Amino acid sequence: MLLTATASAVLMLLQQAPAEGTDWDAEFGVEVKERDPVTGEIPVEPYAQSNANAGATPYDSAGLARDFGGREGIARIAARTVDLSEADPRIAAIFAAHDMVRLKRTLGEQFCYLLGAGCDYSGRDMRTAHAEMGVTKADMNALVENLQTAMREAGVPFAAQNRLLAKLAPMSGQVVER
Amino acid sequence: MTSIPSCLLALAQAAAVPVAPLPAEPPQIAYAPVLDAEVETAPTQRALQPVRTATAFDEDGVQTGKPRLFKGGKLLLTNGISTVEGSSGGGIARWATIAGRQMPGGVGLSAHATAVELPDYGWRSYGVAVGFGDRLELSVSRADFDTRDVGAALGIGQGYTFNMDTFGAKLRVAGDVVYGASWLPQIAVGLEHKRSRDGALVRALGAADNESTDFTLSATKLVLARSVLVNATLRYTEANELGLLGFGTAAGAGYDLQFEGSLGYQLSRRAVVGAEYRSKPDNLGLGDDDWMDIFAAYALTDHLTLTAAYVDLGSIATFSDQRGGFLSAQVAF
Ligand code: HEM
Repeated sequence: MLLTATASAVLMLLQQAPAEGTDWDAEFGVEVKERDPVTGEIPVEPYAQSNANAGATPYDSAGLARDFGGREGIARIAARTVDLSEADPRIAAIFAAHDMVRLKRTLGEQFCYLLGAGCDYSGRDMRTAHAEMGVTKADMNALVENLQTAMREAGVPFAAQNRLLAKLAPMSGQVVER
Repeated sequence: MTSIPSCLLALAQAAAVPVAPLPAEPPQIAYAPVLDAEVETAPTQRALQPVRTATAFDEDGVQTGKPRLFKGGKLLLTNGISTVEGSSGGGIARWATIAGRQMPGGVGLSAHATAVELPDYGWRSYGVAVGFGDRLELSVSRADFDTRDVGAALGIGQGYTFNMDTFGAKLRVAGDVVYGASWLPQIAVGLEHKRSRDGALVRALGAADNESTDFTLSATKLVLARSVLVNATLRYTEANELGLLGFGTAAGAGYDLQFEGSLGYQLSRRAVVGAEYRSKPDNLGLGDDDWMDIFAAYALTDHLTLTAAYVDLGSIATFSDQRGGFLSAQVAF
């Protein structure tokens, strides 16, 4: 007991205050990621780009793409879904630490590709994109509800909404971790 | 720089200090108060959460921990509509869905009251069901079947009311009604133990028993691409009129395999319309018919679902053409 006390007293005395203005990020090996000045996105680890990363085969129906308001409509729905989710107390925390600029773009591309509206998907595959995010089935439902809200606001007919969900629902296995 | 002499001095000081003022345990870590402080930001809170807040009925089997009570989280209508026997289903057909709005790791509750008005009879049923995660459902319900004038005609007394208690259990064994592979439905096995409270009378009518157990195997899937919900249930049963008129016959007729099917079309997140069919044995020879209905269900709020249906129950106790209205309210948490 006494020995421990003595030793800690010595250690305390031996300690030195760190110099002013220490670069803690450098000290702990944290890399600060800069947003790309053109796209405003934070770069991600390199990966092989492929439409297969979108996780499903696309529809081939001009009518369906039209129901979603074409490419622009789809991009707006994807962005609105992300905005709603960022503001949704149930799942906001998951989105807070990620790059929403990129997500709006890649999610829009994924929807556009799956709905056969003529886009290529340039993002990561679902398993990689959601790795170690700890997404639950309840989170999944919250996101689905936000997507439904975004689609309803955009006036997408309910049956068409479900057709998009039909492509996404089977991907839950790659996204939901617990 | 701390010099050697001052270090020695410190040692000497430390040795000189009497033991008494030292706390019994040396302070563990200097920054302990920081750890104890409330974490401010939501992301940090989330990061600090244990990877699993677990329960006995989570996706991966048995775990321990505190379940989340009545936290909800299910998509609207995916908890089904209470059946006349108190289980989650479509009104008259049992589904593979689990009652309550809970998510994996949660516990939910569902209660219902149902009235069916027929030309010659009145049906009332009410009950509660508890859902454990998306895994297990336990239900209790009571059905009261008022024979009105038929009671007098059959000589059992004007307005004689048959009563039955049903104790149900249902276990999801695979799949998910919404998610996962589109070809894999949610599959559940279950049983319904039923007790007619009119033992002497149902035996007099020819039934062998006043209590028995139905065994069920159900598969249910929401086919999103078509906005259609499909359900098929096999029921191994010896119940006469669900059990209101007892089970089997004194003559020896017993268990039989019966079918329950439902088709629903989703009009919106809140509204679904559909039709159901349920086959039934006719062991007593009273013209026990198959049942059918056309229903519309609406989720008024996250917690309250109302269902109205037109039912065709065929002949009941020799009185034919029992078509009428079905109204049911369900609250779920
Ligand atoms: C089947 C359902 C889902 C689909 C189809 C989907 C789709 C996507 C796509 C296309 C990306 C972009 C990948 C990239 O940029 O390379 C992404 C990223 C992301 N998703 Fe999902 N997602 C789903 C479910 C969820 C859920 C339930 C949550 C959380 C509630 C979530 C949170 C995120 C976040 C935070 C990112 C950003 C990842 C990053 O930038 O590192 N996703 N998702």
